[in-house]
Amino acid sequence: MNADGKARTLIAVLTGVVMAMLWLSPAAAQGFAGLGTTAEGFAIPSRDRRLQFPEDHGAHPEYRIEWWYLTATLTGQDGQDYGVQWTLFRSALAPYEDDGWNSPQVWMGHAGLTTATRHFSAERFGRGGVGQAGVTTDPFKAWIDEWHMTSQSHPEEDALDRLDVHAQGEDFAFSLEFTAQGPLVFQGDEGYSVKSPTGQASHYYSQPFYTVSGVLSLPDGPVTVSGQGWLDREWSSQPLADDQAGWDWVSLSFEDGHRMMGFQLRGTEIFTAGTWITPEGDATPLADGAVQFKPLQHTSIKGRDVPTHWQIDWPDGALSITTEPLNPHAWMDLSINYWEGPLRFSGTHSGRGYLEMTGY
Amino acid sequence: MTRSALSALLSHWLRNPVQLVMLLAGLALATALWSGVQALNAEARAAYATAEGLLSDGGTSQLEHPRGQIDEAHFVQFRRAGWQVSPVLEGRVEIGQARVTVLGIEPLTAPAGAGPALAATDLQAFFNGLGYAHPQTLREIGTSDLRLQASEAIPMGTILLDIGTAQSVLERPGQITRLTVGNVQPQDRAALQALAPDMRLLPPGEAPELSGLTDSFHLNLTAFGLLAFAVGLFIVHSAVGLAFEQRRVMFRTLRALGVPLRHLTACLAAELLVFAVLAGSAGLVLGYVLASLLLPDVALTLRGLYGAPVPGSLQFNPLWAASGLGMTLAGTALAGGQALWRLWHLPLLAPAQPRAWAIASDRGMRVQAVAAVLLALLALGLGQFGSGLMMGFALLAATLLAAALAVPLFLSAILRHATTFARAPVAQWFWADSRQNLPRLSLALMALMLALSANIGVGTMVASFRATFIDWLDLRLVAEVNVIPRSQAEAQDLQVFLARHAQAALPMQRIDAQLAGQQAQIYAMMDHATFRDNWPLISPVDDVWDRLAAGDGILVNEQLYRRAGLQSGVSFLDLPEIGAQQVLGAYPDYGNPLAQAVVTLDQFVAAYPQTPIRQFAVRTETPQELIAVLQDEFGLPSSQITDQAQAKSLSMAIFERTFVITRALNILTLMVAAIALFAALVTLSGMRLAQLAPLWALGLTVRQLAGLELLRALVLGGLTLLLALPVGLALAQILLSVINVQAFGWRLPMQVFPADWARLAAWAMLAVLIAAALPAVRLWRRGAAQLLRVFAHER
Repeated sequence: MNADGKARTLIAVLTGVVMAMLWLSPAAAQGFAGLGTTAEGFAIPSRDRRLQFPEDHGAHPEYRIEWWYLTATLTGQDGQDYGVQWTLFRSALAPYEDDGWNSPQVWMGHAGLTTATRHFSAERFGRGGVGQAGVTTDPFKAWIDEWHMTSQSHPEEDALDRLDVHAQGEDFAFSLEFTAQGPLVFQGDEGYSVKSPTGQASHYYSQPFYTVSGVLSLPDGPVTVSGQGWLDREWSSQPLADDQAGWDWVSLSFEDGHRMMGFQLRGTEIFTAGTWITPEGDATPLADGAVQFKPLQHTSIKGRDVPTHWQIDWPDGALSITTEPLNPHAWMDLSINYWEGPLRFSGTHSGRGYLEMTGY
Repeated sequence: MTRSALSALLSHWLRNPVQLVMLLAGLALATALWSGVQALNAEARAAYATAEGLLSDGGTSQLEHPRGQIDEAHFVQFRRAGWQVSPVLEGRVEIGQARVTVLGIEPLTAPAGAGPALAATDLQAFFNGLGYAHPQTLREIGTSDLRLQASEAIPMGTILLDIGTAQSVLERPGQITRLTVGNVQPQDRAALQALAPDMRLLPPGEAPELSGLTDSFHLNLTAFGLLAFAVGLFIVHSAVGLAFEQRRVMFRTLRALGVPLRHLTACLAAELLVFAVLAGSAGLVLGYVLASLLLPDVALTLRGLYGAPVPGSLQFNPLWAASGLGMTLAGTALAGGQALWRLWHLPLLAPAQPRAWAIASDRGMRVQAVAAVLLALLALGLGQFGSGLMMGFALLAATLLAAALAVPLFLSAILRHATTFARAPVAQWFWADSRQNLPRLSLALMALMLALSANIGVGTMVASFRATFIDWLDLRLVAEVNVIPRSQAEAQDLQVFLARHAQAALPMQRIDAQLAGQQAQIYAMMDHATFRDNWPLISPVDDVWDRLAAGDGILVNEQLYRRAGLQSGVSFLDLPEIGAQQVLGAYPDYGNPLAQAVVTLDQFVAAYPQTPIRQFAVRTETPQELIAVLQDEFGLPSSQITDQAQAKSLSMAIFERTFVITRALNILTLMVAAIALFAALVTLSGMRLAQLAPLWALGLTVRQLAGLELLRALVLGGLTLLLALPVGLALAQILLSVINVQAFGWRLPMQVFPADWARLAAWAMLAVLIAAALPAVRLWRRGAAQLLRVFAHER
């Protein structure tokens, strides 16, 4: 091989590896995005830990991974449905923060925008320590490059009650205001969310009561939108068990004001969990097996067979719904790829929601 | 029938094996020299491509500051304004035993195409200081404090580090050299004007590139390769032409027997094709070996001169082989075309009379004379009105070609004169016969003239350069001791210490910058007698040193002076942070590819505070004592202290390396020319029996005849050498005052070295003697019987 060819191989290796090395699972690593790898030296989530704010809105560098995850189901002035995702991931190479280039904290941003016919996505990478990306709690701001999620809350409110959110890619952008209409909701046992029968867990809370308004910038021009939003905050050091290859996760907003979160983790056995949330914010955890996920229809995306239509049953709650995605091709075609997009559901209940599927 | 014709044609080579060997050797050597040079160029270019893929980030735009460095805060500022940029810090530093380029990158933001082949688990190690370097660079470095891992993907002489590590290794905390701008950018981003109005966006390809700097070096090599190839083709031409002449009778017989002309021509063409493929393949192998042998020196030269990373080992490239073989085939077609054309137009029963042939060539001679004059006029015109490196080579080619074409005319004129002065019959015959055979030898003599004049020209250029360089080094390296501080704290301490213990400690500070659109460095100079007394200046203004000390202007190096067309006392140059400054003079700065400007220390410190002191040039009367004290007091290792002698020998070593390849190619070209002459003489000797036999019959001994043959070769060789001398000197003048100025940016005074000429003359005459000896000895050995047979022969 000549030198030029070598350089090109290097590029391939680089783009394939460096960008995704922290998140993507090579064949040898375990679980989706390496989330099943062991957590030596990192803090382990504890059932006894009680969440504290505003501190826990900020980063937890002693844990291996963490995210600030916003989704919104929107309707435009044009009457069309839209979906938006804004996520900041943190991944630690070592369980501490340090100044400047010595920081072992690596940040990744994902943005998605879904229409009925198109799906846009973009990603960013950055290093902690120098100011390119990070999260501050006072005032609250999470950012990577020019993408940001900035608190506009009044002093007496929770920092996450009002958020300005912005992200953009090569051919899309969005600027949205999120306003909370209810309290924060703790998932699992007071925010301790178990992920497998062997006890892998994370700290996990949500703000599922946002109303959203703002502007999407699309190739055909700007669209004014409004709708509902959902924020997930989660951190852990090993949220998946060795054998778990991926998950299917939904957040649902019912027409009567209830909310529901549910997921199944696909390992040698299926592990499920969920939370039933009243309009006032009272949360009921749903134990393993309480919620059942059944794929109804698959979509072929880039050679993968992805279940994009689901039947979700919660017999104890007399709930049985089928979901239909706004766009079955809502594939986040990034260094780490997965499916993430808005849906509508009907059956015993109806409403809108967001679906995330990884490991396909 | 074709088969019988072919076997008859080929039998000629069985009877004339020496001629066959000459033909094949000529082709193989020509191919070897050409393809060897091509292999060297290709290898070096491939290395640049790798380096540029890594260094200038594969065709992305760059954001730079005229000062050559940027605060790293700009990186975050740009990112948060929507610009997809990545920081790069680049600098040269001594690590272990080697001087290397440190390249600091930020792998998370680096555009695809830049960055190391990091395995997933290595990112943390990379962040924590692990570096990557080519295995050969690792060997050159030896042991060092850095943790380095081998990677073939990294260019030679470069260490790839994380940006943070690079900042500490280069002692440039918080600084970056440039921002690479990703090819994909988001919808909205702030305007560059609003963000950093003093920074400049360079589109892809405008960032300084190695290939630009080294182009002239490769052009030099290519020109040499082409010259060698052309000389090789002379051999082929004469061998093919003579084989044709000798087989004239055979052609006639074959045609008379009914072999169609088309068949005969096809057979000869096929014969040439087979020879070309056989010899070309052998030439490729030879060329590969030659390139492998020369590559380490070329690599060292390129690294020493330009800091260009070139590996010391050669890789085989099929495309190179194909193009080399193609060149051989084209060359063979060119050299053999005339023979085939003549065969095609050969009358069935044409006479084969040498004298008639010679008369016919008189007409050709006149055409040749006109061509030589026209080429000489062209050369004059180019020298007067042309500019640029390509023009320089065109001038060179025109001069050489004109001189080569003039060789037979010149020799013919001299021989005619000699004939008129000769009184004795044998002498008269000798001169007349020499003249008659001149057309057959003229191509070989032209080849010899080309090789000799190239040898004289290049030799004079190298020797002139060497002499100038040594004088210049003596003046430039006037400081008795050079000390390199290991940190800026140590630099401060050293300054205080040296102020007391040495006569002077002249700090060396510099920054990278752009001057007149060129990659440049700005140096600080303390006003001191060291510089006033020793620095030779080119066209300085009056009171140049006083005016420089007063901050009245700047000095620039010769490269910048000539490339930017500056004029002392007239031109102004814009310096970042300092502004427009008058150019007060230029100084020679051999071996440096970069532009340079010198300002006073005060100006420098005011404009570029916090610039580290890289070195102290220390003046002292007791250098060895001072070195000992420095080692004791500061614990400075010997790698941080060099005395004058060391510095000089290092510079000279690099210089000598630079011309190893030139010398090697020079000698090889001369060898090819000697073989050309040999081929011509050997084949001629076979045909001359008919001319010599009557002389033998008139009473000259075979021994005398052989001696006369030898003498004639020496006379013709000697005359060619005489002609080659002025041509070679003209060549040297063109190289020194045209090619060097264009390629490197410096003009050198020509010095002549007659001792070198004498040595070359001795070698050339020896080559001629050897070339002429075999045919002469053969004549002597064959003796009278052979000559007698001539009279029985049909001719």
